Amino acid sequence: MTTLAPPVARVKESTTSSGGRSGSVVWMALPAFLMFIAFAIIPLLGVVALSFTTWDGISDTIEPSGLTSWKATFTDPGLPHAIWVTFLIMALSWLVQTPISILIGVFIAAHKRYRGVLAILYFIPLLLSSAAISITYKALLDPNFGVGAGIGLDLLNQDWLGDATLAMGVLIFVVSWQYVPFHSLIYQGGVRQIPVSLYEAAQIDGAGRVRQFFSITLPQLKYTIITSSTLMVVGSLTFFDLIFVLTAGGPGDATRALALQMYKQGFQANLMGPASAIAVIIVVVGLLLAMLLRRLGGRADESMLEGV
Amino acid sequence: MINRNLSRRNFLGLTAGAAGAAALAACGKSGPTDKSGDKTGGGSGAGVATYWSLSGEPGEPIRQAAVKRFNDANPNSKITPTFFANDAYKQKIKTALGANQAPTMIWGWGGGGLKSYVEGNQVEDLTDFFAQNAAVKDKIFPSSFGAATVNGKIYACPIETVQPIVLYYNKKVFERVGVQPPQSWGEIMALVPKFNAQKIAPFSLAGQSRWTNMMWLEFLLDRTAGSEVFDAVFAGEKNAWSNPAVLDMLTKIQDLVKANGFSKGFSSIAADNNSDQALLYTGKAAMMLHGSWSYGIQKADGGNFVKSGALGYMNFPPVEGGKGDPTNTVGNPGQYLSISSKATPEAKEAAKKFMSTTLVDDEEVKGWIKSGGVPIIKGSDAQLSSSPDADFLKFVYDTSSKAKVFAQSWDQALSPTAAETLLDNIAKLFQLQTTPQKWVDSMNGVIGK
Repeated sequence: MTTLAPPVARVKESTTSSGGRSGSVVWMALPAFLMFIAFAIIPLLGVVALSFTTWDGISDTIEPSGLTSWKATFTDPGLPHAIWVTFLIMALSWLVQTPISILIGVFIAAHKRYRGVLAILYFIPLLLSSAAISITYKALLDPNFGVGAGIGLDLLNQDWLGDATLAMGVLIFVVSWQYVPFHSLIYQGGVRQIPVSLYEAAQIDGAGRVRQFFSITLPQLKYTIITSSTLMVVGSLTFFDLIFVLTAGGPGDATRALALQMYKQGFQANLMGPASAIAVIIVVVGLLLAMLLRRLGGRADESMLEGV
Repeated sequence: MINRNLSRRNFLGLTAGAAGAAALAACGKSGPTDKSGDKTGGGSGAGVATYWSLSGEPGEPIRQAAVKRFNDANPNSKITPTFFANDAYKQKIKTALGANQAPTMIWGWGGGGLKSYVEGNQVEDLTDFFAQNAAVKDKIFPSSFGAATVNGKIYACPIETVQPIVLYYNKKVFERVGVQPPQSWGEIMALVPKFNAQKIAPFSLAGQSRWTNMMWLEFLLDRTAGSEVFDAVFAGEKNAWSNPAVLDMLTKIQDLVKANGFSKGFSSIAADNNSDQALLYTGKAAMMLHGSWSYGIQKADGGNFVKSGALGYMNFPPVEGGKGDPTNTVGNPGQYLSISSKATPEAKEAAKKFMSTTLVDDEEVKGWIKSGGVPIIKGSDAQLSSSPDADFLKFVYDTSSKAKVFAQSWDQALSPTAAETLLDNIAKLFQLQTTPQKWVDSMNGVIGK
């Protein structure tokens, strides 16, 4: 069996051989590093500093006020709700997107022309901005002038964005509609990396398509799933534009996630201190989740192709 | 409470793709129309002074014409205008002020927003300016100065139009159902089941915008208990919301929501695309509480609706046993122009000249009347009768000038912090997510903040 395997192991060798020269190429990371410091680290420190002050965003004086903003943030009954909404969006959008993305990814990974054409069509949502997608769906789902009212189908004529449960459902649907193509693309790449020899061997052993999918494709996609899940989970922490345009956090506060809560505090209520505190919470939660997902992935140097 | 764009409503339905494209086009258009305004604090670019205001019909062309008149007359101290879409402007101006990048002239709604600028030392005290130019001050409605005054000093010049909130109704729908416009709160509640039985929404409401819901609270509280209750809140009195009249008013609102008084799915409709007004002129809703600027939108978008005389309008009816004066109204007593305290002396000079000449001249008055608005200039009623919209303009003029109290919209009167909590709680009230008692407790917590 091993004789059929493509020379995967060499990839590893080449990294170690280039490792000898790595000392001289560290400077190449410098531009990226400087950009990261200027546009991520420094603003982040600024936000941390702001969270210990009182500022309305307008006046010249930013007054240090210790833990006032943090106390205000943690005693605000809106915060637990916003956290709950955020995690609900995170969990639901992961549950919906992952299976669909894997299936589409596997489907379009095959080298067949009609699938190539379909793949291009699937990627169209990825080309649209979130705001445009939200405006379009908002128009389609308008309770009085939308599709449901237009065709006269009662099933479609629901209070889509005005009912708390339905609004959350619509939100998950639109998020998935927009991001499934992106994750399919990742899975397509992942599937194409799987050595054909594994499938050939399975076929000889008499494994069917379904068995091959669950015993070869899925386990081989482990790291791809972790990558894609990290992007989904951490990305869903910062969903803003889509929710803002689609429901503005409503009805009531049914879809008010952390990012939206932060915006409302900072730019609508002029409370930059508490808004910065929420921003810090988002960063910490995002980092923790990313680290947790890495842990779940096991050792980084573990190869999925051992023994091939 | 905002002068909503008069942009043509995107008619939705089956042509959603086209609607999306149109919305995109609208987005592109709504950005700054003059890039040179971005970086000037006064001095650079073509003009010595900069002016930020709202884009969109009917205001933008009138504002542009005013700047052109001024620039033609003062070639040495030109003004460079920049126009923004309503919601974008609110954030943009705050950020610009915080970053010391404000324009010379700041367009606004007065009240609590203006107060926050004053507290941040961002705007010029205009009290002396109006003392020296008494003739200018005399031209403007005295009631418009209320929202321009902070701690006894004037920080903004009232401009443009008076905008009370009006109860609009569709006469054809009333005829078809065979009922009369309501003369009291009891009649409103009695009308609700009659319209619902005919599958017509009693009231159109764009609930996602939240300030639209607020207009109901403002009128109901005023009619039941008079303007004193909110005055106490505004003055920062402790537990001012605990007045029993407030609980009564909130219960009435929830009763109306529970009786299906508002159009289906109202909480997901935003006022920005004017679909609440479309419900009224298409006859899908019978009545609507909205700002006087809505008249112009219905006239532009509603086809023959306004021209055929099918649009009825009235002041909000009294509540049985209520203490409030039925002539009272709420809304925007004017729009406001402030001068940045950071501007150069030449820029400030040009801005003051703009206020004392162009903004109170006859052309300005004519422009706003033609757009269906009542200017804040005294004596403009003489010119109203020659307008094709004379009846409505007369009505707005009378409502504004005869009102015993013309209260400013709550969200504009309060500080941005308190206003955000207010709007948040109002949305939950209409969504039945909160009870009147919880509402009161939550609002008492932000009094004076």
